[in-house]
Amino acid sequence: MSLLSEAFARARNEDRAALVGYLPAGFPTVPGSIEALKVMVDAGCDVIEVGLPYSDPVMDGPTIQAAAQQALENGTRTSDVLSVVEAVAGTGVATVVMTYWNPVERYGVARFAADLASAGGAGMITPDLTPDEAGPWLQASAEQRLDRIFLVAPSSTDERLRYTTDHCTGFVYATAVMGVTGARTATSDLAAPLVRRTRNATDLPVGVGLGVSDGDQAAAVAGYADGVIVGSAFVRRMLDAGGDARVAADSLRTLTEDLAAGVRRG
Amino acid sequence: MTTSPTTSPTTSPGPPRSAGPATGGADLSGHFGEFGGRFMPEALMAALDELTVAWQEAMADPTFTAEFDRLLREYAGTPSMLYEAHRLSERAGARILLKREDLNHTGAHKIRNVLGQALLTRRMGKSRVIAETGAGQHGVASATAAAYLDLDCVVYMGEVDTERQALNVARMRLLGAEVVPVSSGSRTLKDAINEALRDWVASVDHTAYLFGTAAGPHPFPSLVKSFVRGIGDEAREQCLALTGSLPDAVTACVGGGSNAIGIFAGFVDDPEVRIVGFEAGGEGMDSGRHAATIAAGEVGVLHGARTYVLQDDDGQTVESHSISAGLDYPGVGPEHAHLAATGRASYVPVTDEEAMKAFSLLARTEGIIPAIESAHALAGTLRLAEEMPGATILVNLSGRGDKDMGTALEWFGLGEDRGEVLAEDATEEPR
Repeated sequence: MSLLSEAFARARNEDRAALVGYLPAGFPTVPGSIEALKVMVDAGCDVIEVGLPYSDPVMDGPTIQAAAQQALENGTRTSDVLSVVEAVAGTGVATVVMTYWNPVERYGVARFAADLASAGGAGMITPDLTPDEAGPWLQASAEQRLDRIFLVAPSSTDERLRYTTDHCTGFVYATAVMGVTGARTATSDLAAPLVRRTRNATDLPVGVGLGVSDGDQAAAVAGYADGVIVGSAFVRRMLDAGGDARVAADSLRTLTEDLAAGVRRG
Repeated sequence: MTTSPTTSPTTSPGPPRSAGPATGGADLSGHFGEFGGRFMPEALMAALDELTVAWQEAMADPTFTAEFDRLLREYAGTPSMLYEAHRLSERAGARILLKREDLNHTGAHKIRNVLGQALLTRRMGKSRVIAETGAGQHGVASATAAAYLDLDCVVYMGEVDTERQALNVARMRLLGAEVVPVSSGSRTLKDAINEALRDWVASVDHTAYLFGTAAGPHPFPSLVKSFVRGIGDEAREQCLALTGSLPDAVTACVGGGSNAIGIFAGFVDDPEVRIVGFEAGGEGMDSGRHAATIAAGEVGVLHGARTYVLQDDDGQTVESHSISAGLDYPGVGPEHAHLAATGRASYVPVTDEEAMKAFSLLARTEGIIPAIESAHALAGTLRLAEEMPGATILVNLSGRGDKDMGTALEWFGLGEDRGEVLAEDATEEPR
């Protein structure tokens, strides 16, 4: 059983949803992102997504764009992302990389998979790579025993839900809204039907991302999903801390605890 | 205007995708050899499939193609003339034929693409279009087609480009479009595409994305080609009628590559015709400040397709540079990547300086002010003529230069009262 499957199984045994937290590597600095992610692990995240900052993030709203841009301006490299994974995975938490495809292809798909596996990474989420174009990644992930998490969307046909989930391992990432990443004040009414349709296609755990920013929203999503994925809200806390590491850590801890309580209410 | 069926298999792992007539050059899932394909968020997959089917059905529907042809003729002013540039030919030492796409309504080849896509939008029952634009030509064409067909129109344009192409911003707004300046990333065309894609993910149920070039995810490279290939089909007939034979070479400028793929499409199956694309060499290849994607890029994925990309060792997109906003793009259409990789076409950089020299030369020898984009094709053609003296070379004069007068004014110092002498200098001497 993979680290990811274990994390979701543990949450399921406790009759709750898993909390999945995201931050880009290198934001605000490489050591800063490691410290921040460790706070999130300590305060209750079950799974960590380490973002690989990319110059053309078409699925991201302004908050994550700003963080990625800052990370790139600070000189964050692909190899730094792997070192962040290694540090976070060292805490024992299931750690995956979330990345647009071109940096992986540039690094070399097989090489990236091998280096991710030896860093202790559990798998990879690919927002702009669907199984249609994923031949080399399907092979490399199988060889390295990494989980591959593809996205499903409210617009996915039932046929595509079956096709996509057939190629997923670990969990399925369901995007709750039609739109880019970013905290939203109301939870989506498209998410629950999507999770229901996804469950008809697969037995894998289904995590819901895009838009969740507080414990109440997390509780609402936890009512129908196996995982609650939070990204922009964490990034927002970091941005608002304005580079003060202590303020950032306190703020991340407070948010994580709120969300962790939420996934236990749902 | 038809698409030819191919028998190429889809690549494994086979996704569920409606079969249908294929796309002329690409296999059923939009691959041109190792290039192309569809690297996009899952949220857009259904819309891209829907668009593929609607486009294929439309192209097979005589009512649609007749309406498209009528609009091209009565509204856009095609077929555009083929003009033999006698004085330029004398200077070049070769017979130079200009395909006068600069004379189309809105001043460039772009109108062909947007009329096709806007008609398709109406046929699909959508009421809103979005577009990205670099130089502003595609934005103006989109705003024009949207006004004509009564569609809401939003155009995303990098902030840098809204500044250097202020006149086109005004034209779009006059035509009723909303122009959104994009301030993220390098604030140019690539970031405008990112922003348009972000809009589209959220609006895809009622909005069509009028993609401005023969790039992006399947079906756009093939779809756009199907609407602009009239350039090459017309030019082939016109050239045969004028000269009695095919040209020895066909040339065009290449940014994303829509004007080039349009004219190349008419000749790609004629092996005796040499095909050459000219990319923006900016301040020179050694300077690193250029947009010569095929000449200097590496294979990667950008904006939904595998193609040549200007990128660093980590796969981060590198900013491109060109005096011409329309060529200032760090990617290129995947069919061009394929034509380059197979050797059917060659792609050569032309610097800002060479392009501006040709810009001035055409004005002085033929009384035609070309777009700076098209001036890259002219400059490259002059170089090619040295290699092929006496040859017949067909050049796609893809747009007119009115929009570029601000750049020309600055480059040549036209605002200063130095009159005749200065303009002659500009023609003869590098700056």
